[in-house]
Amino acid sequence: MSLLTVRDLQVSFDTPDGEVVAVNRLNFSVNAGETLGIVGESGSGKSQTAFSLLGLLAGNGRVSGSAQFEHQEILGLSEAAMNHIRAEQIAMIFQDPMTSLNPYMKIGQQLREVLMLHKGMSKREAHVEALKMMDAVKIPEAAKRINMYPHELSGGMRQRIMIAMALLCRPKLLIADEPTTALDVTVQAQIMTLLRELQSEFNTAIILITHDLGVVAGACDQVLVMYGGRTMEYGSTEQIFYQPSHPYTRGLLKAVPNLESRAGELNTIPGNPPNLLSLPKGCPFNPRCQESVASCFQDAPELISFTGGRQRACHLSLQAEEVA
Amino acid sequence: MKMMKHSDALEQFAEQLETGTEPEMEGRSLWQDARRRFFRNKAAVLSLITLTAMLLTILLGPWIAPFSYEDIDWDVLMDIETLGSPSLASGHWFGTDQLGRDIFARTLQGGQISLMVGILGALVAVLIGTIYGAVSGYLGGRTDSVMMRVIEILDSVPFMFMVIMLVTVFGRHIILIFIAIGAVSWLSLARIVRGLTMSLKHKEFIEAAKAGGVKTPAIIRRHIVPNVLGIVMVYSSLLVPALILFESFLSFLGLGVQEPQTSWGALIAEGASNMDVTYWQLVYPAAFLVITLFCFNFIGDGLRDALDPKDR
Amino acid sequence: MLSFMTKRLLVAVPTLLVIALVSFLLMHLAPGSPFGGEKDLPPEVLANIEAKFHLDKPVMEQFVIYIGNLLQGDFGPSFVYHDFTVTELIVQAWPVSLELGLWAFLLAVLLGGLIGTLAALKQNSRLDYILMSLAMSGVVIPNFVLAPLLMLVFAVQLGWLPAGGWNDGQWQNMILPVVALALSFVASIARIMRGSMIEVLHSPYIRTAKAKGLPQSYIVLRHALRPALMPLVAYLGPAFVGIVTGSMVIDVFFTTGGLGQHFVNGALNRDYGMVMGITMLIATLTILFNAVVDILYALIDPRIRHS
Repeated sequence: MSLLTVRDLQVSFDTPDGEVVAVNRLNFSVNAGETLGIVGESGSGKSQTAFSLLGLLAGNGRVSGSAQFEHQEILGLSEAAMNHIRAEQIAMIFQDPMTSLNPYMKIGQQLREVLMLHKGMSKREAHVEALKMMDAVKIPEAAKRINMYPHELSGGMRQRIMIAMALLCRPKLLIADEPTTALDVTVQAQIMTLLRELQSEFNTAIILITHDLGVVAGACDQVLVMYGGRTMEYGSTEQIFYQPSHPYTRGLLKAVPNLESRAGELNTIPGNPPNLLSLPKGCPFNPRCQESVASCFQDAPELISFTGGRQRACHLSLQAEEVA
Repeated sequence: MKMMKHSDALEQFAEQLETGTEPEMEGRSLWQDARRRFFRNKAAVLSLITLTAMLLTILLGPWIAPFSYEDIDWDVLMDIETLGSPSLASGHWFGTDQLGRDIFARTLQGGQISLMVGILGALVAVLIGTIYGAVSGYLGGRTDSVMMRVIEILDSVPFMFMVIMLVTVFGRHIILIFIAIGAVSWLSLARIVRGLTMSLKHKEFIEAAKAGGVKTPAIIRRHIVPNVLGIVMVYSSLLVPALILFESFLSFLGLGVQEPQTSWGALIAEGASNMDVTYWQLVYPAAFLVITLFCFNFIGDGLRDALDPKDR
Repeated sequence: MLSFMTKRLLVAVPTLLVIALVSFLLMHLAPGSPFGGEKDLPPEVLANIEAKFHLDKPVMEQFVIYIGNLLQGDFGPSFVYHDFTVTELIVQAWPVSLELGLWAFLLAVLLGGLIGTLAALKQNSRLDYILMSLAMSGVVIPNFVLAPLLMLVFAVQLGWLPAGGWNDGQWQNMILPVVALALSFVASIARIMRGSMIEVLHSPYIRTAKAKGLPQSYIVLRHALRPALMPLVAYLGPAFVGIVTGSMVIDVFFTTGGLGQHFVNGALNRDYGMVMGITMLIATLTILFNAVVDILYALIDPRIRHS
């Protein structure tokens, strides 16, 4: 059964230079306890997708479409109702643990306030519970660190705090927006392992937002590849990795560094992420696509579903092995 | 604070000027951009027009005013409250003061003094600030840190008190007043110039001049100063209203210009002491001062936004 | 923290010495200086000055004596009020200035902070525009224009409040001076507070707080207020100087009998002792206040405290 079902999600911003559509008719779903990876370069709309689900868009942002969380529509909820979804049902961790924790408040207070407000705990109860959660995310000397300020901790420790904070109310869904981007490589691996362990421990579904397909491989059940605010390809991790059907996905896969590629040779997709203010006519990816044909410059490709719940938006005809 | 915010924008703009890859080309287009942005700002442009009109009135007005600023109109003196009130018929457009002197003429005369103090004071500040900043920035090292220390110390001094002390000691002469005011207003200017100089110092043309054996004072005079002048001019236009305010403050307290000369501050003080009878004596000079300050304020904001468009 | 405070004080001492030296030398340089013997001072004052400054000794020694006197709180004789020392006059005027300044300061910080926060929360609304236009006017209109206008309306026309005097700090006498003194700082602080509150409300950690499902009022009070206060704290130093300076106008215009009135009268009558004494006092207070502000800064921001 799917925990979250998103239909025709659209996010746009009013800017002095006109309306910018950051997320364009997105469809996806997340099953309880499973992980969905949303992959794309910066500006592909993946973070705005996450923000729109929790009502965290900037003041000039507008959202339309539908997002059913356990059969309840969560788009357009009142602030008061939304505050019961936030943290209690859906929690979020952010890219930069340095700026995402309040530098003026002790760790302890930032953890406790969640429990005191959502669970009605006393300060003492909340303190005990916060300590337990800090242990669960493997923060050593939690009793000491709970009285520290964020700047006194390392980046990895801060992200652990963010994770602990997100899990305090045992949410059913955790949205992780580039949780490892700002961290050292070794710490990245630790955080990803931790997330996986916590997922099985608490049976939390995760939406993992990342620009790094390498992170997705070991962590996700489903993958959504975004470009210019649209879905390029959507399918199971095996499908995406072993039978990528979209030129953009193939490009991303080639760009993942691995041991087999020769030293000094790093594959990248030529060109830059698109400017949402002036998307090219047709498929947004066409200026950078090495396989584009004439129709790519005419119309944007429809998102088409085929075998195994897979979707993709591309004018190229499917090859047999890609469907299998 | 207003001043601080403006100088921040200036410093950032100066930084952009310097970090441009091709200094000359980049510099010109940055200035052009700034000018374009400034003239798109309606409030700033309107203020500029108002201020120009005000300036022309102040400079040319005395020729069209039917009375001089120091002559007493004996006809109205017996009943200032009615005969001295503002009227087109009597020729006292803004009325007269309690001594029967024409307020219109006095307001213009006061404006001349106020603007003169503002502009000359700014010049004194520019002169001291530019030289101090250029020398400190160019010499660097220990000299620089001592000179900056001095600025730090001066920054924590309540200046109005120092100026009043100077005025007490040396007497209330108009020239002394603007020298005193200018002499305490150069601090942030010196900081800006120092920053600019430090980055100019390592540019090729300065290195070349140094290698060619040009002496330090000549380098500062011929290469540093001309290159910082643009920013300095913009800053000094922000300094003028602050100095006008400074002078008006002193004059209001009776420590500024002396009779029969007058300034807006002095007129406001006179007006305030007679306001229960001749309210116009207060209203007109106050309006002139406040409008001028508003104009400068909008122009200052316009300049800031033009130079630093991100700051919104 | 302790070394930080020590450092602040070590900067303060040379600053005060420089100010004292400059004012001392100015008095010697002055045409008609009391030390030059050109000015017609009453003999008893001259005798007082000579005794105080040991005029027969070299200038530097006189300076040392002067500093020594200052350190004991002795500002020397008034050159105009023959029967009083400067210290006696300051002690008399001090409570008035303290009370006036304190109320103005409180009003500026509380009202300004409140207005700024309100405008930030309703950013770009009509309320925001109205409040900020008022604040802009408040910043631009100088207190020596505002004070007469307030007096014209509320004392002369409406007759609600007395037109001046202090009357031992009756609240009716205090309202107009405090408002006239504080208003431009209310306006400045409102503008600063609005700007910094908007910036903080857009910061990532406020987004985190929202994602935690905390209510808006809680977020503003517990998460945003403290960081938004930082620029305001930075402005407290200049605001202090501004209020002290502005009190000259207010003291004179409303004849409160505060320090400002003594200072301006001293300047008008060329009472060097008074002018120098009050300048030294104000400079000391300013420097002390700035040190307090720095410490306050560290108390609010844990990152400064720990570095």
